[in-house]
Amino acid sequence: MSDKVLMKGNEAFAEAVIRGGVRFYFGYPITPQSEIPEFMSRELPKRGGKFLQAESELGAINMAYGCGAAGGSGFISSSSPGIALMQEGMSFLCGAEVPVTLLNVSRGGPGIGSIQPGQADYNQVTRGGGNGDYRIPVFAPASIQEAVDILYEAPSIADKYRNPVMVLADGLMGQMMEPVILPEEKHAYTSQEIPLAKPWAISGSEKGERSVVKSLRLQPEVLEAHVEHLYEKYAEMEKELERVECVDLEDAEVVFVAFGTMARLAREAMELLEAQGIRAGMIRPISLWPYPYKAFDRISDRTRVVISVELSMGQMLQDINLGVKGRVPVKLIHRVGGMLPTSLEVVEKTKKILEEVR
Amino acid sequence: MASYKLFFAGSGGQGVLTMGQMLTYAAMYADMNATWLPSYGPEMRGGTANCTVVISPDKPVSCPLIYEADDVVVMNLPSLIKFESLVKPGGNLFINSSMIEQKATRDDINVIYVPANDIALELGNARTANVVMLGAMFLADPVVPVAMIYKIMEKTFSGRKAHLLDINKTAFHAWENYEA
Amino acid sequence: MKPVFTVTKGMLPVSTSYCPGCTHGVAHRIIMETLAEMGLLGKTIGVAPIGCSVVAHQFMNVDMCEAAHGRAPAVASGIRRVHPERVVFTYQGDGDLASIGMGEIVHAAARGEKFSTFFINNGIYGMTGGQMAPTTLIGQRSTTSVDGRTREQAGMPLRICELLATLDGPAYIERVSLDTPAHIRAAKKAVRKAFEYQLAGKGFTFVELLSTCPTNWGLTPYEAMKRMGSEVAAYYPLGVYKDTGKEAE
Repeated sequence: MSDKVLMKGNEAFAEAVIRGGVRFYFGYPITPQSEIPEFMSRELPKRGGKFLQAESELGAINMAYGCGAAGGSGFISSSSPGIALMQEGMSFLCGAEVPVTLLNVSRGGPGIGSIQPGQADYNQVTRGGGNGDYRIPVFAPASIQEAVDILYEAPSIADKYRNPVMVLADGLMGQMMEPVILPEEKHAYTSQEIPLAKPWAISGSEKGERSVVKSLRLQPEVLEAHVEHLYEKYAEMEKELERVECVDLEDAEVVFVAFGTMARLAREAMELLEAQGIRAGMIRPISLWPYPYKAFDRISDRTRVVISVELSMGQMLQDINLGVKGRVPVKLIHRVGGMLPTSLEVVEKTKKILEEVR
Repeated sequence: MASYKLFFAGSGGQGVLTMGQMLTYAAMYADMNATWLPSYGPEMRGGTANCTVVISPDKPVSCPLIYEADDVVVMNLPSLIKFESLVKPGGNLFINSSMIEQKATRDDINVIYVPANDIALELGNARTANVVMLGAMFLADPVVPVAMIYKIMEKTFSGRKAHLLDINKTAFHAWENYEA
Repeated sequence: MKPVFTVTKGMLPVSTSYCPGCTHGVAHRIIMETLAEMGLLGKTIGVAPIGCSVVAHQFMNVDMCEAAHGRAPAVASGIRRVHPERVVFTYQGDGDLASIGMGEIVHAAARGEKFSTFFINNGIYGMTGGQMAPTTLIGQRSTTSVDGRTREQAGMPLRICELLATLDGPAYIERVSLDTPAHIRAAKKAVRKAFEYQLAGKGFTFVELLSTCPTNWGLTPYEAMKRMGSEVAAYYPLGVYKDTGKEAE
């Protein structure tokens, strides 16, 4: 039985992926996640792994690509502008079907923006900034325990689908401490075990057939078939990886939609509204892609408004509207630039919105 | 049971982050839910530090961010000026009067002046001022079982630091004895 | 009857897609022949670049992957972490390595990464149709320097061996040419030395192979070889730029 420990988010994230089988880390320092490379540089060599500080985020994602192509379980952590630099690599990894686990401890933008928490990476991570038809599963945990559980599972998901998997946290979660239960450490393949475990990998071994990992397919009909194949995989991911938490939707007059830290704020706002006689519920997408559109079918006839609570100018509204399908108005409560609303602020704004829609 | 919202602020080196962490550990040992959230980034430049602790005895902590606190501990003047308003009406404000001459301005809260550094010096270890302050807060609002505070102290002050255990336990109770 | 020539097992039994007179074929062959002779074919992982040789994995008979443009040294660094006991190499052109991938190659070299890089320098972008490369010579015509490259407009060509030789990470750096049979034999020796140093764990090894691009130079294969041996080799002198094995002796 694993013990409960108190850990800083960033260190808990790093420990979780190691226990999930990751043995290789590639990264470039960026606030607010620099505790992760620091932790990895200390821990991985002790646990049969390797740490490499890349010359840039371009270097990091491509090192992780080489690692994954060679059959290793690699991990990258970065923050918003660094993730932007890695987009070419992500497209490449998807095209070449190479697994990697990514963690984005997001901050404010655009540009260098700020180092305070932000959620304006929503479009970047769910739509992607790389070229071509590709998809990356994105999970947005709301507590350190949930982040640990997802990061522990992420390397296996990446391996199963031979695709990158991203976990989206924010600076606040990275710095926060919460008690967590760490899961048992999984077996990580050794370089000797890779040729059998991952016969597709370029392991430089005499295993019969030669392995080639590539994204280039010059003949249109071959590339078309490949992209169709990728989308069969993505369709399966949509079935298997959708995760959502629905809270008190049954008789809710207002339904919040929020992920990550903002979901916890919305949760407290629900309690405060309840105390004032206003029934509130919440849809908390845990997977941002695949997005839990079907959860919105559970909104009751009593619901007057759906409110997105976000640290962005409303990047999630498009997905919410696809879920709500025009049945009730969709509104936004937001702060940006690293500013955080209080739950009280959410309550006051919600009451104002309710007056408008009643 | 409702959750406790606690806030600690001071300058770097005054042990404000440690105060919050000790309580968070103690809450975890008591099987309570807790979050500890530090200020970070440019906020920390200029040597100020603060942390928020939310302790929820029976259900997960909804939100690690707070808009008001049951108890606020301030270790230096800038923290008093900035965070006096964070105390909820009827809540407690603990002022380190060794470092802060100014008085609180609100009359809808309980204000407790604790000369933490002076007490710590009398005990023979100036670095225990934060534990004196934590003890004062705990006397007014025992948010976790005291045995769990001892447990984290015993874990922290072990091995090469074992000699610091007694003085920290004494410091934790110094304010109640000072008052008495 | 004793065969006078056999095809190396290092190359797959297919025709290459390179233009007539292009030296990619020669470069491929001496690298793969060397691996076969050293008994390393089943123990090697190669990384192909973006450029004409993006398809190298169709011809080279080892486990291979492609890399995004310029990133082969980062990719090889990742592979190396997973398989420390394998032989790893990158095969990169001058646009890939000396332009977009300059950051990656310099840092891999400085880290003393234990893989070998074969740098094909033909002074032009071949795949995209003959644009100016960072290695295009002053006065050389390209589709983006139609009257010839000028120092005023595009600066000076980069000498990569000389640049990397200033670093402490590399174990071995040599520039060779593929213009004559004698030079090709010398080039193969350099390739072998690079792999031997890698196997001995000496550090990063780098061989620059001066190459031709008759199609985009607008020359016949013969004229291209002549130009490489004279004009090109004059700006890019052949020779060993670093050899820690020799220094130690």
